[in-house]
Amino acid sequence: MMVKELEKVVVRFSGDSGDGMQLAGNIFSNVSATVGNDICTFPDYPADIRAPQGSLTGVSGFQVHIGAGKVHTPGDQCDVLVAMNPAALKTQYKFCKPGAVIIIDTDSFTRKDLDKALITSDDPFEELGIKNEIIAAPISSMCKESLKDSGMDNKSILRCKNMFALGLVCWLFNREIPLAENMLREKFAKKPAIAEANIKVLNDGYNYGHNTHANGAVTYKIESNGPKAKGRYMDINGNKATCYGLIAAAEKAGLQLYLGSYPITPATDILHELSKHKSLGIKTVQCEDEIAGCASAVGASFAGALAVTSTSGPGICLKSEAMNLAVIAELPLVVVDVQRGGPSTGMPTKSEQTDLLQALYGRNGESPMPVIAATSPTNCFDAAYQAAKIAVEHMTPVVLLTDAFVANGAAAWKLPDLEKDYPAITPHRVTPDMAGSWTPYTRDPENGARYWAVPGTPGFSHRIGGLEKSSATGAISTEPENHDLMTRLRAEKVAKIADSLPLQQVEGPEDADLLIVGWGGTYGHLYSAMEEMNAQGKKVALAQFQYINPLPKNTAELLCRYKKIVVAEQNSGQFAAYLRSKIPAAPITAQFNQVKGQPFVTKELVAAFTKILED
Amino acid sequence: MQYTANDYKAGQPRWCPGCGDHAFLASLHKAMAEIGTNPDDIAVISGIGCSSRLPYYMNTYGFHTIHGRAAAVATGVKVANPKLTVWQISGDGDGLAIGGNHFIHALRRNINLNMILLNNRIYGLTKGQYSPTSPRGFVSKSSPYGTVEDPFHPAELAFGARGQFFARCVATDAPGSVEVLTAAARHKGASVVEVLQNCVIFNNGAYDSIYTKEGRAKNAIYLEQGKPMIFGENGEFGLMQEGFGLKVVRLGENGITEKDLLVHDAHCADNTLQLKLALMEGPDFPIALGVIRDVEAPSYEEAVEAQIEEVKAKKPYHNFAELLATNDTWEVK
Repeated sequence: MMVKELEKVVVRFSGDSGDGMQLAGNIFSNVSATVGNDICTFPDYPADIRAPQGSLTGVSGFQVHIGAGKVHTPGDQCDVLVAMNPAALKTQYKFCKPGAVIIIDTDSFTRKDLDKALITSDDPFEELGIKNEIIAAPISSMCKESLKDSGMDNKSILRCKNMFALGLVCWLFNREIPLAENMLREKFAKKPAIAEANIKVLNDGYNYGHNTHANGAVTYKIESNGPKAKGRYMDINGNKATCYGLIAAAEKAGLQLYLGSYPITPATDILHELSKHKSLGIKTVQCEDEIAGCASAVGASFAGALAVTSTSGPGICLKSEAMNLAVIAELPLVVVDVQRGGPSTGMPTKSEQTDLLQALYGRNGESPMPVIAATSPTNCFDAAYQAAKIAVEHMTPVVLLTDAFVANGAAAWKLPDLEKDYPAITPHRVTPDMAGSWTPYTRDPENGARYWAVPGTPGFSHRIGGLEKSSATGAISTEPENHDLMTRLRAEKVAKIADSLPLQQVEGPEDADLLIVGWGGTYGHLYSAMEEMNAQGKKVALAQFQYINPLPKNTAELLCRYKKIVVAEQNSGQFAAYLRSKIPAAPITAQFNQVKGQPFVTKELVAAFTKILED
Repeated sequence: MQYTANDYKAGQPRWCPGCGDHAFLASLHKAMAEIGTNPDDIAVISGIGCSSRLPYYMNTYGFHTIHGRAAAVATGVKVANPKLTVWQISGDGDGLAIGGNHFIHALRRNINLNMILLNNRIYGLTKGQYSPTSPRGFVSKSSPYGTVEDPFHPAELAFGARGQFFARCVATDAPGSVEVLTAAARHKGASVVEVLQNCVIFNNGAYDSIYTKEGRAKNAIYLEQGKPMIFGENGEFGLMQEGFGLKVVRLGENGITEKDLLVHDAHCADNTLQLKLALMEGPDFPIALGVIRDVEAPSYEEAVEAQIEEVKAKKPYHNFAELLATNDTWEVK
C-alpha cells in the first residue's frame, strides 16, 4: 500500500438525481472539514425536476474542493469522479483533469443503461474517448449482498448504494469512517434501521477498496496545515448564510423580521429557510406576486419591522416600483437579489453578475440606493448583516446582490459570536423629546437620515407617500427648489454611508504590476488566479469590492496607485463602466468579461491576466 | 377616552367641489369617532387616484403608496403589527384594474383590513378614461366610440375571491355610510365597502337614481340583518324568491304579506342569495345598500401570530445562538 500526500484535491460525485449524490458529497466534505481541511463545495442540480431515470438531463452532481490550506473555489476540474451510471459519465467527464480517477458502478452499465445515455457502442470509455484510470466496482450487487439479511426491500437496499461509493472514496483518501458513521446516525436519527443499513454499506465500500487494492493500491492523504482559527464550524451555503445574517441583524436591532416574497429560482431557499424559523418570531408572507412581495415589505417597514424581500431575475424588475417607493418614503428595506442568467427568464439555475446596473440605476427618477455584494457563500452572512444595518440606521432601501453560485455553493463557516464580533445596530427611531418639533423629513445632521416614527407611537402620527414632499414640513410639494433640494438630500444621505464603511482592502503584493478588480461572488476564483500568478513570481494584486454604492472612501486613491487594472466580472462590463463614471482617472486598461452562466475557470483567468500583464 | 370626528381630521381636502369624496371623508371621520380607536393606532393606506389622496386628510398614521398596491402595502402593515387598525383606500381603477390581483388575494387571505372601494366608474386623476367598472358602451376620452368590454361588479369579484364581508353605501348618504363603515371596522377579517361616489367632472350623474334621499327611497333597498326585505317610498315593495332568482312584489297584492318576503341574513355562510342581492340593478330592481355579507372566518394575521406561538412552544430554539446550535457542527482545536 502506498499513501501519497496531496495539498488539494477536487472530488465530484455524480449520478442520477435519485442516487443520493448530494448526501454522499456532503458527508465527505464534512468529514474532511472535521479533520481540519478547508472545503468549498458546489452542487450542480439538473434543471428538470424529475427527469427520466438514467437520462442525460437527470444527472445530479456535487463537487468539493478540499485543501490542506485554504481553498477559495469548488475547483475548476476534479481529481476523482464518481459516476454512478453512463449518463453521469457522459455528462460529467468534461469536469475531469487529464489524470483523474473515475469510479463507476459496473452494474449500472448494462445495454439498457447505455441506451438511456445515448451511448451506441458497448464500450462507453472508447466511445467517449476516456483513457483515465477506472475503478470499476459492482456497487449495486455489492450493496444487495451487503444488505441481503436486512429484511429491507430491493428498492430501499439500492438506495444505500451512494454509501458504498462514499466508503470507497473515504478509503481512497484515508478518511476516518467513524466520523461518517456519526453523521449518518444524526441524519437518520429517527430511522435507526436505515442509519445502520447505510453504515454497513459504507463500511463495505471502504473494505472493498482495501481488499481489492483498488487504484493500484495507491491511496491519498490531505493533511491539515490548519490556517483555520480555532472554534466551532458548520457547513453553510450562501442562501442560508443570507438568512442567518438577516436573523442576526434583526435580533441585534431588536426588530421583528418580516419577509415578503414570491418563489423564484435560485432565491426560493431564502423563503424556505426563513419560513422554518417561526420560533424566532419571523413572519414570512408568500405573496401573490413579486410586486406584492416588495410592496408588503414596504408596508411592514412602515409598521416598524426589519423588512426584507427576496428575488432573482425578472423578479427584480417587478419590484423596482415598490423599491422606489421606499426610496422616496425613506423607509428601511433589504432587497436580496440572487442574480441568475438573463435577460427575461434567461437561465434560471445559472449564475451571472448582470443585475448590477439595474440595482444601481433601474428605477424611474433619480433614485439612489445602496448596493452591497456578497463575495462568497459564508460572506453572505456578513453582507446581509451589513445591508440590514445600513437600511435601518440610514433609513434607506438597500440592494444585496448575491448570485446563484454563492447562493448554492457552500463552505466551512466559523460560528459567529454576535456579541463580540458584530457591531450594534441602532434603528434610526424618533425619540419622545422630538414630539412637536418633528416633521417626517426632519434629518439627522450627522448621516442625513430622517427618523422612523412607527404607527402606534403617540404624538408622531404623520402622512408620507410616493409624492414629493416638502423638506421642511413633510407636506406634498411640487415646488422646484424643494424638489431639487430633496433630490440632493436623498443622494447625499446614500453618499454619507461611506463614512461608516470599512476602507477597500487589496490582497497580494504591495508593488503589483497589475491590479485585478472584481466584485461580489467572483472573489474565490479571482483570488485563486492571483495566488497562482504570485506563485509563478508575477506581481498581481486583487481588490474585490463588496460595497458598490457608495464605494469605499479610498477607492479613487487606491485605483490610481496602479499602472494597470483589469476589471473582471460575469457580465459585459457593468462594474468597469460604473468605476469609469465614478473615477474617470482610474487606469482601467483591460476588462475580462464572461457571461456563460458558469463560474469563472481559474486557469482561464490566469492565462488572460498573464497576457494583460505582458502586453 | 372619547373621540370626536375632529380628532381624525387633518389638512384641507383638494378634491373638486361637489366630489363625492368630500361627503365620504366626513362620514369616515364620524365613523372613526364612533368606533373610538386612538388615532395613533390607525394606519390609513392608499394607492393612487383621486380618492387615494384621502390619507392626507386623516389625523392618523397614513401612507399614500403607489398605483394599485395599497392592499399589498396594507397587508405588510397589518401582518407586521396586528395591533394597528388598518384602513385601505382605493378607487375602482386602483383597486380593480392595476391592483386587481392584490385586491382578490387580500380577500382570499382574509386579512383584517377595512378595504374601502370608492367606485365612481371613471379614471378621474388622469382626466377621464373608462374604468373596469364603466358599463359596456361607455364613452370616454379613451373610448370615444364606446367601450367594447364588460365591467366588473365589485361584489361579484369580492365573492369570487371568497370575501367574507361586503357592504355598500352611497357617498352622500352619511348615516348609511357611517353604519357600514363601523360594521366593516367591527368585522374581523377583510371587509370591503363599496362606496358609490359621483365624479362631477368626468362621469357626472352615474348614480343619479340613488344619490338623493328621495332617489334612494325609490330605487334602493337598505338591507338590515334579520329584517324582511322591504323598500319603496312608503315601504310598499318587497323582495321574494322566484326559482333561483329574485322578484319584486307589491305588499298587499295577491295576498302577499311581510311574512312572504325574504329576510336578510348577512351572516349566512352560503353567499348565493347575498350575491343575488348585491347584483340587483335598476330599473327592475332596487340597488342593495347596507351590509350584504358579514361572515366570521379566521383572519390571516391572527393565524400567523398563533402559528408563531405554537411553533415557539414546540421548537427548542428562540434566539440566534440557539438557532446556530441546531446545525451539525465540528470543532477545530
